[in-house]
Amino acid sequence: MLGYVVRRLLWGLLLLLLVSALTFVIFYVLPSADPAQLRAGRSGSLATLAAIRHNLGLDRPLTVQYWTFLKRLVLHGDLGYSYYSDASVRSLLFDRIGPTVSLALGAVVVWLLVSIPIGMISAVRPRSWLDRLTMGGALLALSLPVYWVGLVALYLFSDDIGKWPLLPGAGSYVPLAQSPWEWFTSLIMPWLVLASTYAAIYARLLRGNLIETLSEDYVRTARAKGLSERRVILRHGLPPAAGPLMTLAGLDLGLLLGGAVLTETIFGIPGIGRLNYEAIVHADYPVIQGTVLLAAMFVIVANIAVDIGYAYLDPRVRTA
Amino acid sequence: MSAGAEALLRVEELRVGFATGDGVVQALDGVSFALERGRTLGIVGESGSGKSVAALTVMGLTRGRRTHVEGQVLLDGEELLGATAERLRALRGEAVAMVFQDPLSALHPFYRIGAQLSEAVRAHRDVDRAAARRRALELLELVRLPEASQRIDAYPHELSGGMRQRAMIAMALANEPRLLIADEPTTALDVTVQAQILALLRTLRDELGMAMILISHDLGVVAEAADEIAVMYAGRIVEQAPTQRLFAAPQHPYTWGLLTSTPRLDAPRGAALVPIPGRPPSLIHPPSGCRFHPRCPYAREEHRRVDPPLAPVPGTPAQQVACLLPADVRGALWRRLAAGATPDEARSAAGLAPEPAA
Repeated sequence: MLGYVVRRLLWGLLLLLLVSALTFVIFYVLPSADPAQLRAGRSGSLATLAAIRHNLGLDRPLTVQYWTFLKRLVLHGDLGYSYYSDASVRSLLFDRIGPTVSLALGAVVVWLLVSIPIGMISAVRPRSWLDRLTMGGALLALSLPVYWVGLVALYLFSDDIGKWPLLPGAGSYVPLAQSPWEWFTSLIMPWLVLASTYAAIYARLLRGNLIETLSEDYVRTARAKGLSERRVILRHGLPPAAGPLMTLAGLDLGLLLGGAVLTETIFGIPGIGRLNYEAIVHADYPVIQGTVLLAAMFVIVANIAVDIGYAYLDPRVRTA
Repeated sequence: MSAGAEALLRVEELRVGFATGDGVVQALDGVSFALERGRTLGIVGESGSGKSVAALTVMGLTRGRRTHVEGQVLLDGEELLGATAERLRALRGEAVAMVFQDPLSALHPFYRIGAQLSEAVRAHRDVDRAAARRRALELLELVRLPEASQRIDAYPHELSGGMRQRAMIAMALANEPRLLIADEPTTALDVTVQAQILALLRTLRDELGMAMILISHDLGVVAEAADEIAVMYAGRIVEQAPTQRLFAAPQHPYTWGLLTSTPRLDAPRGAALVPIPGRPPSLIHPPSGCRFHPRCPYAREEHRRVDPPLAPVPGTPAQQVACLLPADVRGALWRRLAAGATPDEARSAAGLAPEPAA
């Protein structure tokens, strides 16, 4: 098991290297805004541009640039400096990670707490009115784009522009360390909005999986043993049905930790997603590279965690 | 069978229908049988004949919104079809236990054998974990699982098919049930293991004094263990007789088909195996008249209209058959078939015109 984890981690590192190379190539090979031009402004002379290029190391061959980047990253954990703000990319990421982690983890908790009971109830009583109601609601939640739901939520409930000013609105994010209560209230709307789509997907997925596992032979055996229906569902039906949910939750969490651009933008949460978006607008390559690598790392780690979780859940995976 | 009050299990006119998009599948259509303590009833038939549905209905496992059940199931005089879900749960695994066809899919892949056995014990007995585990080990030894003390911590996928089925049987015996239902217990196993499992079931039945229902598509499997055999076709019992009698003088053309389509050492040398033509009928729109008539080589015109009841065979009241052919014609036909004749030869020898119903 340990060897397996180490092997997976090494593959993960290789994957990160590939991702960094790919980001680099895409940024430089494909046409994008010239960072030197953006820095010099409209009136920048050719000499200024050349000086800026030289300062940023943009006049050196691409391979050298990439090599320098890798060397600094591996040796010093240094991701370079933002072309736009001159701040170190590492400190930018550190500043922005808190809000993103708060948003993503909270949303995961919300959507699991909502979707698991709904999925289970629908699976146990398929075609009941409750099933139809919740699955209809899920279809609706699934179809509504998050930016629209976010804006409607703000319009209805935010304490500045809302019809019913119940909750702090856009731009109200407060770090947890500063005030746990305000942190919590400021994130309620973003959590619910971000979680709605996921909750819908997960509820439908769990419903389908659970209906399937409840028709498995081993569930019939559990019933034939005289177990209570509650135990049959929770202990015999649910774990196999929850496996794919765990896979998906791991990947979704990994992706969200890389930044939820739309939700962060609508609610003015200063997270990784916003940082990434701003960096793209400013052709700020070091920041783009930093956010992409961070997101890739989260996805890779989440994948490994999911695989370990699977081995824990299903003994057949352990021996395979 | 004899006096109803003494029967452990009495099933009366059981009808089970499943509502589907295409119509109601009448999986059981008026099935009656009785089973006394310590006896074994074999139920034989093709897939879809209703044998598993009969077993699952006795266990209360076919209940559902789309299932329609009629008739009576009496266990020690207690009516089960109308019993509450809680009462049925209390009886399942306690008074009536079941062994399923494929132990790999019937055991939960996520849990150790010992845990699954302990769970069966604790579902009905208020004992602590340690006591349940001791009982689990005792059960695994009872079913002669080799190295039981180690295998108790194995997962199902770590055991061979035969060992898994032994574990499955151990689980069914956890609370010493009065009735054990074994639904195709050997079908998923190697031939050599099949014989071992059957022998084990017979031994355990005698040791524990259980009654047993042994379900199989294979007459050979049932022959060794059952006191009495019921042959099912399209949701009904078409023939029922003590085992010896059924093999010596089978009465129903479907039973003949089952017997002549399987190799037998006592069959005449060179006798060809004769498959039963056609497929099992639709249970949504079953054939008119005798349900077997579309596949019966001896069917007459009237057999398409008249539905034969299950009735005692003249002279042998222990044997019942649902067939419209006269008893003497049946006797003549089977004598020919048993001697190795094909259905066509038997028919002409018995003086029946060829395929008048076709």
